[in-house]
Amino acid sequence: MTKNALAAQDEKRSLALTQEALMHEFVTMFIDRQLFGIPVLSVQDVLGPQKITRVPLAPPEVAGSLNLRGRIVTAIDVRTRLALLKREGDESSMSVVVDFNGELYSLIVDQVGEVMTPAQSDYEKTPATLDERWREISDGVYRLKDTLLIVLDVKKLLRLDAAAS
Amino acid sequence: MDDLLRDFLTETNESIMQLDVELVRLEQNPDDPELISSIFRLVHTIKGTCGFLGLPRLEKLAHAGENVLGKFRDRELKITPKAVSLILRSLDTIKGLLAILEETEAEAPGHDAELIEELNAFAEGRVQEDSGAAAPVAAPAPPAQGGQEEPDPFGFVPVRAEDTGKDIPAVPKTEAASPVATQTAVADNAAKESAVSSQTIRVSVDQLENLMVIASELVLTRNQLNQILREQKDSPFATPLQRLNLVTSELQEGVMKTRMQPIGNAWAKLPRIVRDLSLELRKKIDLQMVGADTELDRQVLELIKDPLTHMVRNAADHGIEVPADRLAAGKPETGVVLLNAFHEGGHIVIEISDDGRGLPVDKIRAKIIHNGLASESDVAGMSEQQILQYVFKPGFSTAERVTAVSGRGVGMDVVKTNIEKIGGTVELRSTQGKGSRFLIKIPLTLAIVSALIVECAKERFAIPQISVVELVHASAQSEYKIEHINNTPVLRLRNRLLPLISLRRVLHLDKDGKNEDEMAFIVVVQVGNSSFGIIVDRVFDTEEIVVKPVSPILRHIQMFSGNTILGDGRVVMILDPNGVTAQVGDIHDASDTALQQKKHTARDHAMDKQSLLLFKAGVGGPKAVPLSLVARLEDIDLTSVEYSEDSPVVQYRGKLMPLVALDPDKKLGKEGRQPVLVFSDNDRSMGLIVDEIVDIIEEYMEVDLSTRHAGFLGSAIIAGKATEIIDTGHFLAQAYQDWFGTKQESSFEEEDLRRILLVDDSPFFRNLLTPLLTVAGYEVTTAENANQALKFREEGDDFDVIISDIEMPGMSGFDFASTVRREGGRWSETPFIALSSHATPRDIERGRQAGFTDYVAKFDRDSLLATLQQTLSAIKVHP
Repeated sequence: MTKNALAAQDEKRSLALTQEALMHEFVTMFIDRQLFGIPVLSVQDVLGPQKITRVPLAPPEVAGSLNLRGRIVTAIDVRTRLALLKREGDESSMSVVVDFNGELYSLIVDQVGEVMTPAQSDYEKTPATLDERWREISDGVYRLKDTLLIVLDVKKLLRLDAAAS
Repeated sequence: MDDLLRDFLTETNESIMQLDVELVRLEQNPDDPELISSIFRLVHTIKGTCGFLGLPRLEKLAHAGENVLGKFRDRELKITPKAVSLILRSLDTIKGLLAILEETEAEAPGHDAELIEELNAFAEGRVQEDSGAAAPVAAPAPPAQGGQEEPDPFGFVPVRAEDTGKDIPAVPKTEAASPVATQTAVADNAAKESAVSSQTIRVSVDQLENLMVIASELVLTRNQLNQILREQKDSPFATPLQRLNLVTSELQEGVMKTRMQPIGNAWAKLPRIVRDLSLELRKKIDLQMVGADTELDRQVLELIKDPLTHMVRNAADHGIEVPADRLAAGKPETGVVLLNAFHEGGHIVIEISDDGRGLPVDKIRAKIIHNGLASESDVAGMSEQQILQYVFKPGFSTAERVTAVSGRGVGMDVVKTNIEKIGGTVELRSTQGKGSRFLIKIPLTLAIVSALIVECAKERFAIPQISVVELVHASAQSEYKIEHINNTPVLRLRNRLLPLISLRRVLHLDKDGKNEDEMAFIVVVQVGNSSFGIIVDRVFDTEEIVVKPVSPILRHIQMFSGNTILGDGRVVMILDPNGVTAQVGDIHDASDTALQQKKHTARDHAMDKQSLLLFKAGVGGPKAVPLSLVARLEDIDLTSVEYSEDSPVVQYRGKLMPLVALDPDKKLGKEGRQPVLVFSDNDRSMGLIVDEIVDIIEEYMEVDLSTRHAGFLGSAIIAGKATEIIDTGHFLAQAYQDWFGTKQESSFEEEDLRRILLVDDSPFFRNLLTPLLTVAGYEVTTAENANQALKFREEGDDFDVIISDIEMPGMSGFDFASTVRREGGRWSETPFIALSSHATPRDIERGRQAGFTDYVAKFDRDSLLATLQQTLSAIKVHP
């Protein structure tokens, strides 16, 4: 599913969506069976598995760099970032490419889901009891009917320890 | 033709063309205040530039025109067709004068008294609208083909003259131009566009940079196509691709050329510096410059300007002996400092040599031991070459005391670092008694480099070709085999032992991989004067690569200077040989490792490292002042001190310079010598009397501002001692009460006070730069972080320029700039100048992408002021 496909979906949904409404529209993804969401506006691309160049000495969360139509994109393994177990060798992965401060980052997740607009009334702040690494990157939770959607804070997600020191 | 003059002609012709159009528009919309202001500014700029270039006739005329326009603007005069005609006529006269200027490179003699008088009369309202009194004379005329024209006091008439020489014939009395002559002249003018201005156009640097990026992308795509073709034999695409290859190379070269500037631009200041030096030091020095028209990328040029100046200064000050010594040594009285630039491969080589005394090896040796850089026994075992290399070490200066000339803080270590930052190398050769020679080798451009692609543990890396000396294939059976000393690999290469670095090991690639001793390739690289080998598994081709900065979250890894996309589409990291050596410590000397590490950790902690001048004055501990603020150090003769209204002054460079004592109770002696710190601004100088100049050091400084009292910014721990940092502004104000009140020009009040927003998290820098900028005639507002700055934006404040630090807590300078640029609206067009202690090419590139107009190194106050002026004048020209 490319950005075009996403855009087409948007169009079907509603042409009259304002920027404001788009802010609350999320591209959803699964990591270790948990549902996460990123505001659709910050998503550039959705990719299948890619050839990634490892970057020696990089923080462990950095899976490497890849070439996306002539631009160099830094790949971040969100599993590692969330202190989850590594994917098994045969498990497939997908990536969501986001633009942050003019740089592209590819967030490697297990699977990319649909685009959804949860109701604002279902929004909650991040529960204070969450694991610190999760709390840090979460920008709130939506109560969906049968599951919970964690909003990923891309800015905080990209603040890696090694880069900060 | 002089570059300056050429630029002036291009620019002024453009302005005048614009004026023609705008004036006609004004006639139709006389109430458009913006239009009037824009016209006024254009004429004002012409006047200003003429004054600057010393073209009095043009200046006077433009000034008279400006007066009338000023009245229009202030609505004191009505805009009538007649008034517009008058202005148009003076513009035509200016055009005529410019045409002569272009042809003869000199301003036409004579004057335009009548026209000026008419303009003045108009400005003063002495001319009745319907009187028709204005004389129908003073028409412009372009130079007749191949001839000169003779201006007369009442305008000028084209006259064919045989003499085409530079000298303009004496002014004959001619009758006032007939209407016919006027008309032909105008027609001629229209037909004959200025040759100079039609030859060149001005293009914004941004546009060129953008073009460069696109060309770079094309190179990548071409590489990709080549790669595909290599795998397919007999492809029908072979021929067109070959053609594409050629065209791409040509395009790349062409675009690169647009960014090229002759290195002579960086040398322009040197003859003057050397001349002043030779007078001051009573030496005879001949500065020879060869290859001044050798071109290199303007980005590179900016970066090597200061190192070059420093090295030439050094050669003149330390290298060349005084005439008596030279004669005694059997050398000609006049010493030669030679600057030589030439192209070699994809690099430019700059040679700076002198035939002076050479570097004093014994003194350096003593200093090494004295400064604890190496032990006595180590030094004894070193070759002369090895000892010489120590001049590049931080904190090393052979001058026994700080002279007025050198010892300006920038040591050779800074020179070396600056050159290496742009991927260059510097070599030093010196023979005692014969002279010394520095060889600088730098890439022509930073954007596209040729690199060797290597593989290690199945990962590919690029090594910039400039540092690669040779390749060695080592295996257990061959002549070259890797040996080990305490697990450190080494290689015997032509009777020398070459230290080796295992890429696998320093990059923490899989250690269980193959045994490198069996078979490996060794890439011999040179960093400065030391060489070492990098062990890799395989070596591929060299490839032209486009250097792209690495992602911010990887920027802390010093091993890489960038990354790139290869022909086959894969991303590879570019190895930085400097970073690799830094990782493993200095190759030659073990004691240096600690020093290097210290340097790195320090760099990580704070950015505020700067050169400080330490001195003693009055009571209390040592005092310090940032060296960047000090123009010169002088040792004045007390007998030359005079008194003006009880204040001590001294004649300095043809002007009276007030002396201010740091310690108000200090009484100046009647004779002997007194050290003085000279602060300069524009053409004014002030001397600060101190007791003793102690040292110049580079230090990370944390200023405690709580102890602030008059004359001091605060205190800091420097070289282990509590040191007071003086507030230069306080003393400047003592010397000239109006120092802070001065404006650079006073003729145009609206534009005089340019507003600057200074964003910097360090209170020290805000305190340092605010007076500096105020002195230069700017109105300064400060913000301690980007958020505070953005608050100013919300409150509706406008600034002419925004200067911002890069490393700030919270929102960085990059984020700040890109936010403002992205969000549009207020400030989105305001020029942004980045201020940073980091000025590596990739920082600059990053800054440019974030939306910064320019990038200035933090401690370079001259270039900050110059950049400000440039940026502001760019706005003036394009309102």
